[in-house]
Amino acid sequence: MSTDIYLNVAVSGVLTGLVYGLMALGLSVIFGVIRVVNFAHGEMTTVAMYLAVVLFATLGLDPLLMMVPIAGVLFVFGYALQRWLINPFINRPEHSQFILLVAVAIILANGLLIVFGPDARSVQTSYAFDSFMIGPLIVDATKAFAGLAAIAVAAALFAFFRLTQLGTAIRACADNYTGAQVIGLNVPRLYALTFGLGAACVGAAGAMLALVTDVTPPLGPSFTLLAFVIVIVGGLGSMPGALAGGILIGVIAALAGLLYTPSAKGMFVFAILVLVLLFRPQGIFGRRA
Amino acid sequence: MNRKLDSGDNRTTRRTVTAGLGASVVAGIAPFNILRAQDATLKVGVLLPRSGAQAGIGQDCQRGVDIAAGLLKDLGMPPLQIMNGDTETSVEVARSRAEKMISDGAQVLVGAFDSGQSTAIAQVAEQKGIPYVINIAAAPQITEQGYKFVFRNFPTAGMILADAFANQKEIFEAAGAAPKTAVFMHVNDTFGTAMKGGIGAVMPKFNMPYNLVETIAYDPTSRDLSVEVAKAKATGADALLMVSRLNDAILITRELVKQRWSPMAILSMGPGWYEDQYLKTLGKLSDGPLSFVPWYDPNKPMSKKLDEALAKAHPGFNLNTNHVYTFEALLVAADAFKRARSTDAKALADAIRQTNITDNVSPGPGIQFNEKGQNDKLKDSAIQNRGGKLVTVAPKVAANAKVEWPMTPYDKRG
Repeated sequence: MSTDIYLNVAVSGVLTGLVYGLMALGLSVIFGVIRVVNFAHGEMTTVAMYLAVVLFATLGLDPLLMMVPIAGVLFVFGYALQRWLINPFINRPEHSQFILLVAVAIILANGLLIVFGPDARSVQTSYAFDSFMIGPLIVDATKAFAGLAAIAVAAALFAFFRLTQLGTAIRACADNYTGAQVIGLNVPRLYALTFGLGAACVGAAGAMLALVTDVTPPLGPSFTLLAFVIVIVGGLGSMPGALAGGILIGVIAALAGLLYTPSAKGMFVFAILVLVLLFRPQGIFGRRA
Repeated sequence: MNRKLDSGDNRTTRRTVTAGLGASVVAGIAPFNILRAQDATLKVGVLLPRSGAQAGIGQDCQRGVDIAAGLLKDLGMPPLQIMNGDTETSVEVARSRAEKMISDGAQVLVGAFDSGQSTAIAQVAEQKGIPYVINIAAAPQITEQGYKFVFRNFPTAGMILADAFANQKEIFEAAGAAPKTAVFMHVNDTFGTAMKGGIGAVMPKFNMPYNLVETIAYDPTSRDLSVEVAKAKATGADALLMVSRLNDAILITRELVKQRWSPMAILSMGPGWYEDQYLKTLGKLSDGPLSFVPWYDPNKPMSKKLDEALAKAHPGFNLNTNHVYTFEALLVAADAFKRARSTDAKALADAIRQTNITDNVSPGPGIQFNEKGQNDKLKDSAIQNRGGKLVTVAPKVAANAKVEWPMTPYDKRG
C-alpha cells in the first residue's frame, strides 16, 4: 500500500474524531461542573440527528445551517431537564442519578421509535457525495464541513467559559460549590445553564453527525459509550481533553482498521481506554484528584 | 340360557348407556377434531428483524407476509393466523421471542432472515418440538444438526456460491471480458463468515478468471466504512466481491463515490444491493451492481401472481428475494396444515417433510425437502440494477436482459 492511503485514512479519522469529540465535550462540560454523568447523552445526540433529518426532509434545510437552531432546541431541553428533573437529585446518591438518566434515555429512544419507526434515515445534501482532491489527499466534503464546524463550536464554547462573566461564574461553581453559594451565585440556575450548554454541544454534534451517518432510534447507547470512552481518555471534565480524545479515538480506530482488520477497530479503541486507565487514570488532559 | 343371554344382551342399563355414549363420543371426537382443525386456523409465529440494523430488510420480508393471505386463499389453502415477532436484529432476542411465541400458542414458526437469529430459533423450535420453516438464512450448519422440526426453503451458502460462480462465468463469456483481480469484502456475522468459508471451498472448483487479492471483514452495524473502502481501493483490484447487508451496502456505495473508485464490477453474493431501499436511497448511483442471489423464476405463473399482489399491496416495490422466500415459507406451512389436517406439531412436521409444491415462485423444480430438512434443488439467478429496476441476466434460461459490462463509472453518470 502507498503512503497516500495512510494519510487519507488518518485525515478521515481526525475529521470524524472532531465531531465525536464535540459530542463528548457536552458530556465533559456537564460532568465537570455539575458532577452528574449524563447517561442519556447518546439518546440526546440521536434526537438532534432526527431534528436535522426532519428539517432537511420537510423544509430542505441544510444541517450545517440548522446546527445553531438545533443546538438552541437542545439547550432549552437540557436546561429544563436539569432545572426540573435532575436538580432534585443533585445531592442524592450516584445510583439514583444513574437510574434517573437511564430512564430518560429509554424514554427518548422509545419515543423516537414510536415517532420515526425503526428504519435508518439520512440526509442527502447536494454535497453528500462530494470530495476534495488536495494533492494525494481525497477529503470527504461532509466530514470536512462537519469537522470545521466542530472546531468552531468548540472554540465558541471555550471563549464563553474563558471570556464571559457567566462562564467565569459557572467555572466558579465547578471549582467550589460551597464558595459559589457563599458569594451569592444562583447555583441551580447556573447548573441548568451548564446542562443546557452541554446539551447544545450535543445538538450541534448531532446535526453534523446526521451528515456523516444514518440515524436509527437504537443508536443512542453506542454514542453514549463512545462519548464515555473519549472523555475518559481525554480527561473527565477537561474540555480540551474531550476534543483531543475524540481525535485520538478517531485516528486510532481508522488506522487499526487499515493496518490490522476493520473488524477489530473497537478492540483497539478499548485497548487504549484500558491503557489510559492503567497508566494515567485521570486521562490525558485531566487533573489528578 | 337363551333367555338369559337374550335378556343379558338386550338389557340396557345405565352403565351400558354411559359406556355407549362414551364410546360414541370418543369415536366421534377424533374425526371431529380433524375437521375442526381444517376449519380452524394455524397459528404461525413470524419472527423478523423489524428493528435494529436489519430493520429495512425485516420490513421488506413483512411485505411478503402481507400479500400471502390472499394468494393462499386463492390456492385453496386453510387460513393462517399470523403472530408477529421482532428479533430486534439480535440473536438473543430472537431466541427469547421464539420461546415466548411458542408459549403464546404458535404452532409453526417462520423467519428470521438472518443466519445467526435463525440458528437460535432453530434450537428453540427443536427443543420445544415445534416446526420451524426458515424463510431466509444461508449458514449450512442450520440443517446439518440432525434437527427433526427445522426446514429450510432457501439455498445454503455453498449452493449460493456454486450458482454464483457458474453465473459469473456465463456473464464474463457473454460480455467478452472478465476481471483479473477482485477484493472480497464481507460482513463478519454468521452469514458473512459462512460465505467466506464457502468461497474458500467452492471457488477453486470453478477455475475463476480472477484472484482474490485481499479479504476485508467488517462489522455490519458500523456507521463508517471509509477505512474499509480505502483499504479495498488500495488493492487496485478490478472487481469488488461483496457479501453484505442493506445499510452497509449503501454506506459502501457512498464511500466508493466519495473516494472516486469505480471498479469494473460489483459482484454481490448476498442481500443489500438489490433492495428497494438501496435503489431509492442512491438513485442513479444504485445502477450497475450484479447480485447473485436466490431469486424468482419470472416464467412461473405463481411469480406473476405474487408480483401482481405485491404491486397492488405495496405499489412501487420490486418483487425480490425477501418477498418470495417469506411467502414460500408461509406456503409451506399452509400446505402442510392442509395435508396434516391437524395442528399437532409432529403431524405438521411430518407433513412438511412430505412437501411437494411445484406451483411455486423460486427457480428450480419446486419445494421439496431432503432428509435434513433442506430444499437442495433450489437454483439462483444473477440480477443487475438498471434505472431503479432489476433485470435477470443469468442463467440464460431465466434471463430477461443482457448484462451491462463494465459498470458505468460513478463520475460519468451525469
